[in-house]
Amino acid sequence: MRPAPGEDDFVSPEPRPPARSTSRDLERYAGLFASRTKVMKSSAMRDIMAVTARPEVISLAGGLPDTSSFPPETFAAVTARIAEQSCAKALQYGPTEGLPETKDCIAEVMAAEGMRVDHDDLIVTTGGQQVIDLVTKTLIDPGDVIVAEGPTYPGAVPVFHAYQADVVQIDMDGEGMRVDLLEERLDQLDREGRKPKFIYTVPSFQNPAGVTMSLPRRKRLVEVAAERELLVLEDNPYGLLRYEGEPPEPLYALDGGVYVMYLGTFSKILSPGIRLGWVAAPPPVLEKINLGKQEADLCTSTLSQLMVQAYFEIGDWRGYVRSLTAIYRSRRDAMLDALADYFPPQAEWTRPGGGLFIWATLPDFIDTDDLLVRALRDNVAFVPGSGAYLDGRGHSSMRLNFSGSDEERIREGVRRIGEAIKEQLELYGTLTGEHEAVRVEHADEAATEEPGGRVVELRKREGRPRRAGGA
Amino acid sequence: MSRVAVLKGGRSLERQVSLRSGARVEDALERLGHDVVSIDVGVDLIERLRAEPPDVCFVALHGRDGEDGTVQELLEILDLPYTGSGVPACARAMDKVLTKHMLVEAGIPTPEFFAFTQMAFRELGAAETLPTIEERLDFPIVVKPSSQGSALGIKFARAAGDVPAALVSAFSYDARVLLERHVKGRDLAVSVLGGDGGPRALPVVEAVPREEDFYDFEARYAIGRTEFVCPADLPEGVSERAAELALATYDTLGLYGFGRVDLMLDEAGELYVLEANPIPGLTDTSLLPMAAEAADIGFDELIGQILELALARAPRV
Repeated sequence: MRPAPGEDDFVSPEPRPPARSTSRDLERYAGLFASRTKVMKSSAMRDIMAVTARPEVISLAGGLPDTSSFPPETFAAVTARIAEQSCAKALQYGPTEGLPETKDCIAEVMAAEGMRVDHDDLIVTTGGQQVIDLVTKTLIDPGDVIVAEGPTYPGAVPVFHAYQADVVQIDMDGEGMRVDLLEERLDQLDREGRKPKFIYTVPSFQNPAGVTMSLPRRKRLVEVAAERELLVLEDNPYGLLRYEGEPPEPLYALDGGVYVMYLGTFSKILSPGIRLGWVAAPPPVLEKINLGKQEADLCTSTLSQLMVQAYFEIGDWRGYVRSLTAIYRSRRDAMLDALADYFPPQAEWTRPGGGLFIWATLPDFIDTDDLLVRALRDNVAFVPGSGAYLDGRGHSSMRLNFSGSDEERIREGVRRIGEAIKEQLELYGTLTGEHEAVRVEHADEAATEEPGGRVVELRKREGRPRRAGGA
Repeated sequence: MSRVAVLKGGRSLERQVSLRSGARVEDALERLGHDVVSIDVGVDLIERLRAEPPDVCFVALHGRDGEDGTVQELLEILDLPYTGSGVPACARAMDKVLTKHMLVEAGIPTPEFFAFTQMAFRELGAAETLPTIEERLDFPIVVKPSSQGSALGIKFARAAGDVPAALVSAFSYDARVLLERHVKGRDLAVSVLGGDGGPRALPVVEAVPREEDFYDFEARYAIGRTEFVCPADLPEGVSERAAELALATYDTLGLYGFGRVDLMLDEAGELYVLEANPIPGLTDTSLLPMAAEAADIGFDELIGQILELALARAPRV
């Protein structure tokens, strides 16, 4: 007998119902799926990426911040404080827009980057990723246009897919998104009678390209948005992870929050595990985002919000960011040195002044989806560039993460990838008779002569037919 | 009832698919009343099998190690019965080049092809033969790694300029690749299931891609991307001929228990065998379970029969 509800005994779950096993059931389910699920990219790359998680693999594929240096005693103090002072509150639902005390912390973080924000401008979210989802949900009908950088944050791609947006990607160079190309494209869309709903950009230390939008570009982008009455979603997870130079003003500060929506997160400055981000947006937009948030999850974890508050009171968040910055700067330098030492001269890569990623581009006959499989044989992984484009480009590029591995592993990982690339270059040279391009000894010399890499013109590439038929 | 170790996962690129196949097999075995031990194949495989030897192993691995005879060899050494094909048949079927040579020798039609190792290009100047090959096969040419079980690494070269890059990609997966004449037409799969009266061919499944102009790895495992029709609606005599070729391929390679043979039906109505899979997928989107269903063999019955065949197999001498 099952005990009645309310009895103390834990009820062991009912035996699992027999798994559906007929293929006809499959067809039945297939008929039930929303059409948006059919454009979701899924399995092949995800399955390969699962292999990259094996412990013996040096993974330069992740985007993981280093959490190992967070002081456990601070963590203990934070949780103890919540237990003593706000236990009931931490265990309760909270307001959809977030707790005021958390918003104070957010205002502090934004002020550190030169932005002023009021509580009413903010909604606290479940990580920055939720902001991308909520903004897209709020603004996009199927077929609507989103403008993004090319390459763009790979994690935004499935969101845009899920809402059936048409994504237009604007090329970047060393100064970030080419705003001149953006304007051309907007004119073209205008002529086609299509108006994009918003421009998605990661202006500082872009994921995946590692480049930062220059101040003149930022100013022009904000003007373009105002002239054309377009919203901009400024995604800024890495702004405070700066290893050199002075920060250009955020778009949000330049625009004053009229057309720019701002996405912030505690993931990179405190912890991704607490899943805490925020959005600042013009009030009418924020109101709709609030409704979407309510539908999605009612409110952001109260416990996480109180953890941030307690941490800001008793910890030294600026000091922690400084310590992270020191760790990452050294890892970035290790990766740049290794790239100069081990990648062939035909490769190009960006030199980020902050953030977590370097973007490398190889000759276009190398497909990095396949190169990853080759590299995995040597137990090293990266993210192939194709995931950062929705238009079939990016197949000869890769994203390399330097925050998640120590210097020694970074150097070894880059060395192994470099070897795999050289092998493919040699093979290609043999196949086409271009032997002179692939002498490895020369490659090393050339790379050392020109240290530090070059900023890549992230050029457009003809999509070429890729996979073949036959089961 | 038996104690059955389900071997799944492993290190191949098809690990995730294998985990799905394995989970489904485990459910079926439990429903059949067996005592199931689930093993994600790794360095402790032998240790675990020795510590608590099962009566029989259900090999639900796909791709390298699991499907190429490596794991089967280990099970032979441990003297444990296992499902599906034995070591030599796995080794033959996982090697597309060897498979195709055997098919040609047996008079089974397979698209014309040429195979190379990376060494041949590097050290023997094989690149010089490419123009001849391109002339013989005509474009588009399919370039594929010899041993990859799924469609990973398969490229379409539409012109001579595409061939070198396609070869570089294919060599990412294997030291040997093949260039094959492209057969334009319909994509068919015939599953074969062993039994008391010998192996029988199950109804033909046709894969009809919905979006792309071909059937790729992505579509193969994602619901909704490819439509599968079973039994396939084929011109008269084609199903019978496909079944005949599938059984001939199964015999030629020496497969045992179950398997799947992939074929193309060209526009002239000719059938060609592309390859054979010694351990085809057993997921909820896989073709063998679908074909079995069309022959009124439910999933549990299918798994039960595969298991019985493992126990019935004569030991290797």
